[in-house]
Amino acid sequence: MKDVREALMVGRNTEGKLVRRPLSPFMLGSAYKPQMSSMTSIMHRITGCALGLGTVLLTLWLVCAAAGDGPFSIVQAILASWVGIIVLIGFTFALFYHFCNGIRHLAWDAGRGFELPVMHRSGWTVVAASLVFTAGFWVVGFLVW
Amino acid sequence: MHMNNIDKDSTPSIHIMRSELGRARGLGSAKAGLHHWWAQRLTAVALLPLSLYFVVSVMLLAGDTRAGVAAFLAAPWNTVIYLCLIVALFYHLALGLQVVIEDYVHSEAKRMGSILLAKAAIVVCALACIVSVLKLAL
Repeated sequence: MKDVREALMVGRNTEGKLVRRPLSPFMLGSAYKPQMSSMTSIMHRITGCALGLGTVLLTLWLVCAAAGDGPFSIVQAILASWVGIIVLIGFTFALFYHFCNGIRHLAWDAGRGFELPVMHRSGWTVVAASLVFTAGFWVVGFLVW
Repeated sequence: MHMNNIDKDSTPSIHIMRSELGRARGLGSAKAGLHHWWAQRLTAVALLPLSLYFVVSVMLLAGDTRAGVAAFLAAPWNTVIYLCLIVALFYHLALGLQVVIEDYVHSEAKRMGSILLAKAAIVVCALACIVSVLKLAL
Protein backbone atom coordinates (compact mmCIF):
# COMPACT_ATOMS: atom_id res chain seq x y z
CA MET A 1 0.00 0.00 0.00
CA LYS A 2 1.32 3.37 -1.03
CA ASP A 3 -1.68 5.55 -0.51
CA VAL A 4 -4.34 6.40 2.08
CA ARG A 5 -7.00 5.72 -0.54
CA GLU A 6 -5.68 2.19 -1.01
CA ALA A 7 -6.11 1.56 2.71
CA LEU A 8 -9.80 2.38 2.24
CA MET A 9 -10.02 -0.45 -0.31
CA VAL A 10 -9.17 -3.13 2.28
CA GLY A 11 -12.09 -5.03 3.76
CA ARG A 12 -13.08 -8.42 5.17
CA ASN A 13 -15.16 -11.01 3.36
CA THR A 14 -17.86 -13.11 5.06
CA GLU A 15 -15.21 -15.54 6.38
CA GLY A 16 -13.38 -12.66 8.00
CA LYS A 17 -10.45 -12.88 5.61
CA LEU A 18 -8.77 -9.61 4.60
CA VAL A 19 -9.51 -8.84 0.94
CA ARG A 20 -9.16 -6.01 -1.50
CA ARG A 21 -12.74 -4.75 -1.87
CA PRO A 22 -14.11 -4.97 -5.42
CA LEU A 23 -14.57 -1.75 -7.35
CA SER A 24 -17.43 -1.30 -9.80
CA PRO A 25 -16.02 -1.16 -13.33
CA PHE A 26 -15.36 2.12 -15.16
CA MET A 27 -18.35 3.46 -17.12
CA LEU A 28 -16.60 2.76 -20.45
CA GLY A 29 -15.63 -0.77 -21.43
CA SER A 30 -17.15 -4.23 -21.74
CA ALA A 31 -19.00 -4.10 -18.40
CA TYR A 32 -21.67 -1.65 -19.53
CA LYS A 33 -23.60 -0.94 -22.70
CA PRO A 34 -23.20 2.65 -23.92
CA GLN A 35 -25.78 4.74 -22.09
CA MET A 36 -27.07 8.28 -22.46
CA SER A 37 -25.73 9.21 -19.01
CA SER A 38 -22.17 7.90 -19.50
CA MET A 39 -21.85 8.99 -23.15
CA THR A 40 -22.98 12.59 -22.56
CA SER A 41 -20.76 12.73 -19.47
CA ILE A 42 -17.57 11.59 -21.21
CA MET A 43 -18.41 13.86 -24.17
CA HIS A 44 -18.63 16.79 -21.74
CA ARG A 45 -15.06 16.04 -20.61
CA ILE A 46 -13.75 15.46 -24.13
CA THR A 47 -15.29 18.69 -25.46
CA GLY A 48 -14.02 20.53 -22.36
CA CYS A 49 -10.45 19.34 -23.01
CA ALA A 50 -10.81 20.14 -26.72
CA LEU A 51 -11.93 23.66 -25.82
CA GLY A 52 -8.89 23.90 -23.56
CA LEU A 53 -6.75 23.28 -26.63
CA GLY A 54 -8.96 25.80 -28.46
CA THR A 55 -7.95 28.50 -25.98
CA VAL A 56 -4.35 28.03 -27.20
CA LEU A 57 -5.62 28.86 -30.69
CA LEU A 58 -7.52 31.89 -29.32
CA THR A 59 -4.32 33.03 -27.57
CA LEU A 60 -2.32 32.58 -30.76
CA TRP A 61 -4.88 34.56 -32.76
CA LEU A 62 -4.97 37.47 -30.26
CA VAL A 63 -1.17 37.56 -29.82
CA CYS A 64 -0.63 37.58 -33.61
CA ALA A 65 -3.23 40.32 -33.99
CA ALA A 66 -1.42 42.37 -31.36
CA ALA A 67 2.01 41.61 -32.84
CA GLY A 68 1.39 43.20 -36.24
CA ASP A 69 0.06 42.81 -39.79
CA GLY A 70 2.61 40.13 -40.78
CA PRO A 71 1.88 37.61 -38.00
CA PHE A 72 -1.86 38.34 -38.25
CA SER A 73 -2.01 37.55 -41.98
CA ILE A 74 -0.18 34.25 -41.34
CA VAL A 75 -2.60 33.14 -38.59
CA GLN A 76 -5.61 34.23 -40.68
CA ALA A 77 -4.33 32.22 -43.65
CA ILE A 78 -3.86 29.12 -41.47
CA LEU A 79 -7.37 29.43 -40.00
CA ALA A 80 -8.93 29.98 -43.43
CA SER A 81 -7.18 26.92 -44.92
CA TRP A 82 -9.02 23.59 -45.28
CA VAL A 83 -7.30 22.15 -42.21
CA GLY A 84 -8.05 25.33 -40.28
CA ILE A 85 -11.74 25.26 -41.22
CA ILE A 86 -12.08 21.59 -40.20
CA VAL A 87 -10.40 22.31 -36.84
CA LEU A 88 -12.65 25.34 -36.34
CA ILE A 89 -15.79 23.30 -37.15
CA GLY A 90 -14.64 20.83 -34.47
CA PHE A 91 -14.16 23.65 -31.98
CA THR A 92 -17.58 25.22 -32.68
CA PHE A 93 -19.23 21.82 -32.17
CA ALA A 94 -17.26 21.34 -28.91
CA LEU A 95 -18.28 24.81 -27.75
CA PHE A 96 -21.99 24.35 -28.51
CA TYR A 97 -22.02 20.84 -26.98
CA HIS A 98 -20.25 21.97 -23.79
CA PHE A 99 -22.57 25.00 -23.63
CA CYS A 100 -25.78 22.95 -23.96
CA ASN A 101 -24.68 20.06 -21.74
CA GLY A 102 -23.35 22.61 -19.24
CA ILE A 103 -26.89 23.99 -18.88
CA ARG A 104 -28.01 20.38 -18.28
CA HIS A 105 -25.39 20.02 -15.52
CA LEU A 106 -26.44 23.32 -13.92
CA ALA A 107 -30.05 22.07 -13.89
CA TRP A 108 -28.90 18.88 -12.15
CA ASP A 109 -26.98 20.99 -9.62
CA ALA A 110 -30.28 22.75 -8.90
CA GLY A 111 -31.83 19.31 -8.29
CA ARG A 112 -33.88 19.21 -11.51
CA GLY A 113 -34.13 16.72 -14.37
CA PHE A 114 -32.89 13.52 -12.68
CA GLU A 115 -35.87 11.35 -13.75
CA LEU A 116 -34.72 8.84 -16.38
CA PRO A 117 -37.15 9.86 -19.17
CA VAL A 118 -36.30 13.54 -18.58
CA MET A 119 -32.55 12.74 -18.57
CA HIS A 120 -32.84 10.84 -21.86
CA ARG A 121 -34.86 13.62 -23.46
CA SER A 122 -32.46 16.36 -22.32
CA GLY A 123 -29.51 14.26 -23.55
CA TRP A 124 -30.93 13.92 -27.05
CA THR A 125 -31.87 17.62 -27.00
CA VAL A 126 -28.24 18.51 -26.22
CA VAL A 127 -26.93 16.34 -29.09
CA ALA A 128 -29.50 17.71 -31.57
CA ALA A 129 -29.10 21.34 -30.45
CA SER A 130 -25.30 21.30 -30.68
CA LEU A 131 -25.44 19.81 -34.20
CA VAL A 132 -28.07 22.36 -35.30
CA PHE A 133 -26.14 25.28 -33.77
CA THR A 134 -22.87 24.15 -35.39
CA ALA A 135 -24.52 23.80 -38.80
CA GLY A 136 -26.30 27.15 -38.37
CA PHE A 137 -23.08 28.91 -37.35
CA TRP A 138 -21.23 27.70 -40.44
CA VAL A 139 -24.09 28.35 -42.85
CA VAL A 140 -24.35 31.93 -41.58
CA GLY A 141 -20.54 32.18 -41.42
CA PHE A 142 -20.10 31.20 -45.08
CA LEU A 143 -22.96 33.54 -46.14
CA VAL A 144 -21.35 36.48 -44.27
CA TRP A 145 -17.98 35.66 -45.80
CA MET B 1 -29.67 7.25 22.16
CA HIS B 2 -33.36 6.38 22.21
CA MET B 3 -34.18 3.18 20.36
CA ASN B 4 -37.47 2.40 22.04
CA ASN B 5 -39.48 3.66 19.08
CA ILE B 6 -38.45 0.68 16.92
CA ASP B 7 -41.43 -1.34 18.13
CA LYS B 8 -43.91 1.44 17.41
CA ASP B 9 -42.55 2.61 14.07
CA SER B 10 -41.72 0.46 11.05
CA THR B 11 -38.71 2.64 10.17
CA PRO B 12 -36.12 2.44 12.95
CA SER B 13 -34.35 5.68 13.83
CA ILE B 14 -31.50 6.62 16.10
CA HIS B 15 -31.64 9.93 17.88
CA ILE B 16 -28.22 11.45 18.49
CA MET B 17 -27.86 14.37 20.89
CA ARG B 18 -25.88 16.49 18.45
CA SER B 19 -26.92 19.37 16.21
CA GLU B 20 -27.17 18.90 12.43
CA LEU B 21 -24.46 21.55 11.97
CA GLY B 22 -22.15 19.77 14.37
CA ARG B 23 -22.62 16.49 12.50
CA ALA B 24 -22.03 18.16 9.12
CA ARG B 25 -18.86 19.78 10.47
CA GLY B 26 -17.66 16.42 11.71
CA LEU B 27 -17.97 14.97 8.21
CA GLY B 28 -14.96 16.84 6.89
CA SER B 29 -13.85 20.22 5.67
CA ALA B 30 -15.99 22.44 3.45
CA LYS B 31 -13.20 24.80 2.43
CA ALA B 32 -11.09 24.52 -0.73
CA GLY B 33 -13.24 21.74 -2.24
CA LEU B 34 -16.47 23.67 -1.81
CA HIS B 35 -14.84 26.81 -3.17
CA HIS B 36 -13.60 24.85 -6.23
CA TRP B 37 -17.09 23.47 -6.88
CA TRP B 38 -18.77 26.84 -6.41
CA ALA B 39 -16.24 28.74 -8.57
CA GLN B 40 -16.69 26.16 -11.34
CA ARG B 41 -20.47 26.79 -11.35
CA LEU B 42 -20.20 30.59 -11.07
CA THR B 43 -17.76 30.79 -14.01
CA ALA B 44 -20.03 28.40 -15.96
CA VAL B 45 -23.02 30.71 -15.47
CA ALA B 46 -20.89 33.76 -16.38
CA LEU B 47 -19.69 31.98 -19.53
CA LEU B 48 -23.24 31.36 -20.81
CA PRO B 49 -23.76 34.96 -22.04
CA LEU B 50 -20.03 35.60 -22.53
CA SER B 51 -19.49 32.65 -24.88
CA LEU B 52 -22.55 33.61 -26.95
CA TYR B 53 -21.07 37.11 -27.23
CA PHE B 54 -17.75 35.53 -28.24
CA VAL B 55 -19.42 33.42 -30.96
CA VAL B 56 -21.16 36.51 -32.39
CA SER B 57 -17.96 38.59 -32.24
CA VAL B 58 -15.98 35.87 -34.03
CA MET B 59 -18.66 35.76 -36.73
CA LEU B 60 -18.45 39.54 -37.16
CA LEU B 61 -14.64 39.55 -37.23
CA ALA B 62 -14.11 36.50 -39.49
CA GLY B 63 -12.02 37.51 -42.47
CA ASP B 64 -11.65 41.07 -41.18
CA THR B 65 -8.37 43.01 -41.33
CA ARG B 66 -6.17 43.58 -38.29
CA ALA B 67 -7.33 47.21 -38.20
CA GLY B 68 -10.94 45.97 -38.15
CA VAL B 69 -10.23 43.67 -35.18
CA ALA B 70 -8.44 46.52 -33.36
CA ALA B 71 -11.34 48.92 -34.02
CA PHE B 72 -13.81 46.33 -32.67
CA LEU B 73 -11.77 45.74 -29.50
CA ALA B 74 -11.21 49.50 -29.04
CA ALA B 75 -14.90 50.03 -28.22
CA PRO B 76 -14.86 50.16 -24.38
CA TRP B 77 -17.71 47.65 -23.90
CA ASN B 78 -16.01 45.18 -26.22
CA THR B 79 -12.69 45.60 -24.36
CA VAL B 80 -14.36 45.01 -20.99
CA ILE B 81 -16.51 42.07 -22.13
CA TYR B 82 -13.50 40.44 -23.83
CA LEU B 83 -11.47 40.81 -20.61
CA CYS B 84 -14.36 39.33 -18.58
CA LEU B 85 -14.57 36.47 -21.07
CA ILE B 86 -10.82 35.76 -20.86
CA VAL B 87 -10.79 35.73 -17.04
CA ALA B 88 -13.93 33.55 -16.71
CA LEU B 89 -12.82 31.21 -19.51
CA PHE B 90 -9.31 30.51 -18.21
CA TYR B 91 -10.49 30.25 -14.59
CA HIS B 92 -13.17 27.73 -15.65
CA LEU B 93 -10.56 25.85 -17.71
CA ALA B 94 -8.09 25.69 -14.80
CA LEU B 95 -10.76 24.28 -12.45
CA GLY B 96 -12.06 21.76 -14.98
CA LEU B 97 -8.67 20.55 -16.18
CA GLN B 98 -7.55 20.05 -12.57
CA VAL B 99 -10.48 17.66 -11.95
CA VAL B 100 -9.74 15.71 -15.13
CA ILE B 101 -6.06 15.34 -14.17
CA GLU B 102 -6.97 14.34 -10.59
CA ASP B 103 -9.29 11.64 -11.95
CA TYR B 104 -6.91 10.03 -14.43
CA VAL B 105 -3.35 10.62 -13.17
CA HIS B 106 -2.84 8.27 -10.23
CA SER B 107 0.79 8.81 -9.24
CA GLU B 108 0.98 11.55 -6.62
CA ALA B 109 4.08 13.22 -8.10
CA LYS B 110 2.85 13.08 -11.70
CA ARG B 111 -0.56 14.36 -10.63
CA MET B 112 0.81 17.38 -8.78
CA GLY B 113 3.37 18.05 -11.53
CA SER B 114 0.84 17.98 -14.35
CA ILE B 115 -1.65 20.16 -12.43
CA LEU B 116 1.04 22.76 -11.76
CA LEU B 117 2.22 22.63 -15.37
CA ALA B 118 -1.35 22.97 -16.73
CA LYS B 119 -2.06 25.90 -14.40
CA ALA B 120 1.20 27.63 -15.34
CA ALA B 121 0.35 27.27 -19.06
CA ILE B 122 -3.17 28.61 -18.38
CA VAL B 123 -1.83 31.66 -16.51
CA VAL B 124 0.62 32.41 -19.36
CA CYS B 125 -2.13 32.06 -22.02
CA ALA B 126 -4.57 34.18 -20.00
CA LEU B 127 -2.00 36.96 -19.52
CA ALA B 128 -1.01 36.80 -23.21
CA CYS B 129 -4.69 37.20 -24.18
CA ILE B 130 -5.23 40.09 -21.75
CA VAL B 131 -2.10 41.97 -22.88
CA SER B 132 -2.98 41.41 -26.57
CA VAL B 133 -6.56 42.66 -26.14
CA LEU B 134 -5.30 45.74 -24.26
CA LYS B 135 -2.59 46.37 -26.87
CA LEU B 136 -5.16 46.18 -29.69
CA ALA B 137 -7.74 48.24 -27.80
CA LEU B 138 -5.62 51.06 -26.38
